[in-house]
Amino acid sequence: MSRRYDSRTTIFSPEGRLYQVEYALEAISHAGTAIGILATDGIVLAAERKVTSKLLEQDSSAEKLYILNDNMICAVAGMTADANILINYARQTAQNYLRTYDEEIPCEQLVKRLCDLKQGYTQHGGLRPFGVSFIYAGYDSLRNFQLYLSNPSGNYGGWKATSAGANNASAQSLLKQDYKEDCNLEEACEIAVKVLSRTMDSTTLSSEKLEFATVGQREGKIYLNIWSAEEIDALLKKHGLGKEEKPSED
Amino acid sequence: MRFQGILISNLQLCHATRLQARQAKLASSTFTNRNPLLTKNSSHLTINLHTPTSTDLTMDVLLGIRGKDFVLIATSKAFLHGITVVKHTDDKTRALNDHTLLAFSGEAGDTIQFAEFIQANTQLYTMRHSSDLPVSSVASFVRTELASSLRSRHPYTVNMLIGGYDVKKEQPELYWLDYLASSAEIPYAAHGYAQYYCLSILDAHYKKGMGVDEVVGLMKDCYEELKRRMPIDFKGLLVKVVDKDGIRELEGF
Repeated sequence: MSRRYDSRTTIFSPEGRLYQVEYALEAISHAGTAIGILATDGIVLAAERKVTSKLLEQDSSAEKLYILNDNMICAVAGMTADANILINYARQTAQNYLRTYDEEIPCEQLVKRLCDLKQGYTQHGGLRPFGVSFIYAGYDSLRNFQLYLSNPSGNYGGWKATSAGANNASAQSLLKQDYKEDCNLEEACEIAVKVLSRTMDSTTLSSEKLEFATVGQREGKIYLNIWSAEEIDALLKKHGLGKEEKPSED
Repeated sequence: MRFQGILISNLQLCHATRLQARQAKLASSTFTNRNPLLTKNSSHLTINLHTPTSTDLTMDVLLGIRGKDFVLIATSKAFLHGITVVKHTDDKTRALNDHTLLAFSGEAGDTIQFAEFIQANTQLYTMRHSSDLPVSSVASFVRTELASSLRSRHPYTVNMLIGGYDVKKEQPELYWLDYLASSAEIPYAAHGYAQYYCLSILDAHYKKGMGVDEVVGLMKDCYEELKRRMPIDFKGLLVKVVDKDGIRELEGF
C-alpha cells in the first residue's frame, strides 16, 4: 500500500524513492514555464505568467522574477507562496554576508544555502518540502556570469541554458537545439522568446503573459533589469511574435 | 568601582564615555582601576573606566607599512608579564590564509584566543568554499566579530594589524583595528607606546609606492628609535612580508 510511504517525507518507499519530493516536482511541472539562458555578456530569465481570470487585477510588477541582491535575480516555477519564504531567506542570507564580509555573496554560495534549507525538508520529518524550483542568474568576480537551477530535493546545478515548470522537457530540447555557444545577451533574448512561443499553450504572446529579466554589464558595472511591459512588447514585435502579427482569421 | 555615586547603565566604551572617564579621572585622584571592562556590582551596574595603560598602550610593538606590492609587519619578540620578560622569541602573528597575516597585542590570553578563533574561521571558510577570503573581507569579518564581542559581557581586548595581498585586485592592503572595533585601511600603522616613537618617523619619510629595500630601511629607522627611546628591552622585532608569493620572515632585526 503506497499510502504507507506517502505521509511522511522522511520515509523511503521500497523502491528507494521519496514520494513527497516527487509530488513536489510534479506540482512544479504544472506551473508556468521559466527558462534561463547564459550569454557571454549577461543572462536572460524569462517566465510564463498564467492569467487565471480576466477579473483579477493585473499586477504590473513581475510575480515570478525576483531580485535577490545587487548581483543576482531568480525565476520561480512552482508555488509562489513557498517561493516567498525562500526568497526572503535568500535576501537575508545575502545581506548578512554583505554585512559580515563587506562583499556580495558569491552566487554559488547563496544557491547552496537555499538548497541546504530545501534539503532539510527531505530528511527531517513531518513537514512537506518546498514546492518550488528556482532558476538563478547572477554575477560574481570568482566565476563571472552564472546560471543555476535548483529543485525541491535540494539538488542544484550550473547550466548554459535551462528550464523549469510546464513543458520543461520540450523547452529543454528546444534550448538544446537553439542554443549557440558564445551568443550575446541580445541573441539569448531572441532564443528565449522563440522557445517560450513554442512551449506556451497560448497562440499569441504579450507582456501580460510573459515576464523577462536580464543581468548584464554596462560600463564595467553589473545591472539587474526586470523588464517593463513596453520592453517586452518591443522584443516580441522585433521578433514578429507580438499581437500585431496575429494571423488573420479566415 | 563605584563612580562617585553616579551609576551609568550599559556602558559601551564609546568616545563619549571615554571622555567622561578621562574627566572623572582628573576629578578623582584616588582612582586606580585599570580594567577597561564593565563589571556588575550586586544590584547596580558600575563603571570601570577606560585608562590608556591597559589595552591600547602596551609595551608590545606592532608596526605595519604598506609598500608598492607588499606589506611589512613587525612585532616585538618579548612576551611581557608586567615588567617581566617571560620569553624573548614570541611571535605575535598568525597566518590567516596564504596572503593574510594578523598581528595582535592586548590583554594576555584574549590575544591568542581571539587570533586563533579568527584563524580557524578563515581557514574553515577556505575549506568550505575552496577559495580564500580577500584581505578586505577578513578585516570586515574581524571587525564584525570584535564589535559583537564588545557588546557582550566579556569583550575581547585585542588590538590588531592585518596585512595582506589581494590576489584578485593585485594590491597590498594594511588594516588597523583596535579593541573598540574601529577599522581603517591605511598606508602605515602602529599600536602601543611604539606609535609615539614611530608615527612621526613614518609621517616624515613614508612615500607612496616604496620598494622592499626602502621599506625595510624605514622599518630599521623605527627599530633604532624604539631601541633608543623605549624604557624596556622588547627583544628585537620579528618582521614578516606579505606579497603575491605569500608570507615570509625577514632576517636582520
